[in-house]
Amino acid sequence: MPDIVFTTKGVTKVYDTGELKVHALAGVDLELFAGELTVLLGPSGSGKSTLLNILGGLDHATDGRVWFRDLELTRLGDRDLTQYRRDHVGFVFQFYNLIPSLTARENVQLVTDVADNPMHPGEALEQVGLAARMEHFPAELSGGEQQRVAIARAIAKRPEVLLCDEPTGALDSKTGVQVLEALKDINEQLGTTTAVITHNASIRKMANRVIYFQDGMIDRVEVNERQIAPSEISW
Amino acid sequence: MRALDIKLLRDFRRLWAQALAIALVLACGVAILLTTYGMYGALEDTRAAYYQRNRFADVFGDANRAPQALLPVILAIDGVRAAEVRVVEHVILDVPGRVETVTGRVLSLPDNGVAQLNLPLVRKGRLPDPTRPDEVAVNDPFAKANNLRPGDSFFANLNGQKRELTLTGTVLSPEFIYTIGPGALMPDNKSFGILWMPQRAVAAAFNMEGAFNSVSLKLDPAANQEAVIERLDVLLAPYGGRGAYGRDVQVSNSFIDAEIEQQRIGSMILPPIFYGISAFLVSMVIGRIIALERSEIGLLKAIGYSDLEVCLHYLLLAGMIAVAGTLLGWGVGTWLSRAVARMYAQFFDFPYLIYRVSYDAYVISGVLAVLSAAIGAGKSALAAARIAPAVAMSPPAPPRFKHTLLDKILTALRLSQPVMMILRSLVRWPGRSAMTILGLSLAAAVLVASSFFEDALDVLMDTTFHQANRQDAVLLFSPDVPETALAAIVKLPGVLSAEGQQFHAAILRHGHLEKETSIDARRPGSDLSRIVDGAGKIVDAPVDGVLLTKRLAAYLDAGAGDVIEVELRGGRNETHEIRVAGVVTQYFGLGAYMDLETLNRLLRQAPRISSANLLIDEQQLPALHQVLKETPELSGLMMLKEMRQSFDDTIKQNIVIMTTIYVVIAVLITFGVAYNGARIQLSERARELASLRILGFTRGEVSFILMGETMLLAVVAQPLGWLLGAGIAAVLSEGSTSDLYAIPLVLEPSGFARASLIVLAAALISSLIVRRRLDRLDLIQVMKTRE
Repeated sequence: MPDIVFTTKGVTKVYDTGELKVHALAGVDLELFAGELTVLLGPSGSGKSTLLNILGGLDHATDGRVWFRDLELTRLGDRDLTQYRRDHVGFVFQFYNLIPSLTARENVQLVTDVADNPMHPGEALEQVGLAARMEHFPAELSGGEQQRVAIARAIAKRPEVLLCDEPTGALDSKTGVQVLEALKDINEQLGTTTAVITHNASIRKMANRVIYFQDGMIDRVEVNERQIAPSEISW
Repeated sequence: MRALDIKLLRDFRRLWAQALAIALVLACGVAILLTTYGMYGALEDTRAAYYQRNRFADVFGDANRAPQALLPVILAIDGVRAAEVRVVEHVILDVPGRVETVTGRVLSLPDNGVAQLNLPLVRKGRLPDPTRPDEVAVNDPFAKANNLRPGDSFFANLNGQKRELTLTGTVLSPEFIYTIGPGALMPDNKSFGILWMPQRAVAAAFNMEGAFNSVSLKLDPAANQEAVIERLDVLLAPYGGRGAYGRDVQVSNSFIDAEIEQQRIGSMILPPIFYGISAFLVSMVIGRIIALERSEIGLLKAIGYSDLEVCLHYLLLAGMIAVAGTLLGWGVGTWLSRAVARMYAQFFDFPYLIYRVSYDAYVISGVLAVLSAAIGAGKSALAAARIAPAVAMSPPAPPRFKHTLLDKILTALRLSQPVMMILRSLVRWPGRSAMTILGLSLAAAVLVASSFFEDALDVLMDTTFHQANRQDAVLLFSPDVPETALAAIVKLPGVLSAEGQQFHAAILRHGHLEKETSIDARRPGSDLSRIVDGAGKIVDAPVDGVLLTKRLAAYLDAGAGDVIEVELRGGRNETHEIRVAGVVTQYFGLGAYMDLETLNRLLRQAPRISSANLLIDEQQLPALHQVLKETPELSGLMMLKEMRQSFDDTIKQNIVIMTTIYVVIAVLITFGVAYNGARIQLSERARELASLRILGFTRGEVSFILMGETMLLAVVAQPLGWLLGAGIAAVLSEGSTSDLYAIPLVLEPSGFARASLIVLAAALISSLIVRRRLDRLDLIQVMKTRE
């Protein structure tokens, strides 16, 4: 029996803008397994990011229940969710979200300052192949490098799960592959449970498991018996 | 150092220009608070210590000639702890090397040589020997002004006897911290001095053996001062008592009271303006930074930073601005308050200045600075804390521009698109627009209020010295001389014409209200000294009634037609019921005017005069002084030309300092508001403006949008600034009004124009500085960045 990290039961999310209600999630049941790399695939607005935000404790579900191992996230208040994020989750975003006034090392340090048993910032940057660019400011780094700093920042706290929202969305194919390689390495070397959101179907082949989203619901789940290396992917 | 703290420091460094603009405004508030508070404290502490150490009396009484046997009776008054009697007389001095006549007040020192009350403090030399009738000590400023040193001698006309006196020492006295001669408007240490002489010598010269004409009392702390004054009045009445009074109306003390009051008002009006503007500027800047760093806030929260940490991060940024402003303000304030303290020590004749560094003032000004920054940043920082991380990471919804009635009007006006952009933005952020207008209007208000002082003093000078008092000199007599003496005065060398005037101490009562003052009596048609009302009209003293100055009338709650009681002090002390003939606006004193003939009829005597106003042929001045030095009846001489000049000089000097300070203040406020406003607009509109440039708008057209908004707000702010300035001026005018003088509320169009010109120019320069940034904008870079 594989080790289950995330479980969701009937999760819905309704955005109420006053004028209209948007059902971002319309009842999602899902399980994510320890050490696996899962790709969440689907068109824009299919609910992938919303689900990831809820799993990461960034957002509340409107209805349904979510567990991180034995911890029921849907019962947690803001304060406990902050603690949960601090202790367990690493995030990687499409637009890197680096702090422009901090160097690569300091951006990673931002996390190691508040984590319990973090890596050294240099170690995390080495992991993504940026040891030489540590003292550069974001503006002095390429898009791919910036995203790798963001990955280093996410893994520096040794999170149990790494949640990536369109990590290659803003990158060209070549740099995108570098980023995917960094994610794959971390998944394999550190055993970090990784979920990657994308609407780029070619990425699915590197995953253990692919979850297809459609209209706020899971359309189907595929399990890849064999994963290809990121270097074999292109788009 | 924590990465978040590094970000804080880097953000602060990046924002240095905006932070500095705010810190300077804040520093003004801190420095002014420190200075006024420090001065207020220094004046109060110094005066209190001086009064205590030198046993300044609590109650004073004057009479014509009272027997010394009255002293035990006075001492027996309930609540009186100590009493000292003395002889106070006027003398004419002939100081070697000075052509002009110098007048002085001579005070007798007790026979044992040790005064019990109002102890003179020896600065140089020693007090006169009680057994030496030719020894004298003078007040230190007089000695300095006339270059007199212990051992020097000069001549004095004591009651008709010319005597050579030897100076034994110079002294200061708590009675004469502010030394002003009879009839003078400001101190003139060259022409008026205080002399301390042994009791025996003064009594012999003025036929006052066994008698006194001045008494000082020290009261028990629990004593009822009113009751003591009342009792003393009764005791002195048979001897020509002129009404006892407390410290509150003692001349020197009440001038200091007026000054302390001004400091107090100053510390209440200006600092809150600076703190308020700083809070607004901080809120504007931090609000914008938080809007810009929305996704970073989301990220910090995603990483696991708590709401509190995020909130604190931005509060700390505001806190750093506050700390910068506070340190700057402390530095300037420490220097300024000491400099001003020294200036005061010179202006007032304090023997020392107790300037205790008031840690309270430092703490209060610093806490207020941090508090105003925190209040300013609070709303935005809390919003940053509250924002949900998932929401923070998604780009913000575009601001909602709604179609309003205004839009229809604007469309109907067929305005150009840039103008529409400016106007829509103002309506979109009404709070910010309103606060910007308020900030800029306060800058104008500060200037209006400062020019008010200049204009008010101009009016005051003109009315007092050119309209009302046109004489060249005033001769003062003590006691009064018969009006017939004028015939002899006109014959003095160089005197072209002479007019008499009488001053008589009186208590005016209306209902339960009463006020001690002096009645100014003159003949109708007096031409050298005239009564000029607020509208510039010449008024004659009424033949059947009394004309009250406006402030006195307000004091007594009496108006034209009311009947008031007038108790004429000295002599018979009779009370008369007199009709108020009218009320007239006057800037100096709390006088009441009557016809000379009428007053003397009430006094049941032939007309007498206390002073003679002279028109003089300047060529013959030396000859005139020669004669006056031999005139014992003369108690004082005022040369108005010199007085006008010294008044003018003093005021001009003060005005230049004041105006400079206020212009700096206004420019700092304007810069703080306009520069930050324009920077924030540039930040918000960079994409929009870059788009316009790409569409083919010229730099000028694009900067018109940027600068147009700031300048439009600056223009709109002006009328409000005038209004607020007039309000502040009214408060200042009200606050500086005392029994001694009133500063009229004079608001000249030129004052408003100057204020607006300075503010608009400062706003223009501020937005031009920001325009340079706009010119350097990298169009492609801006379009690429995600908002």
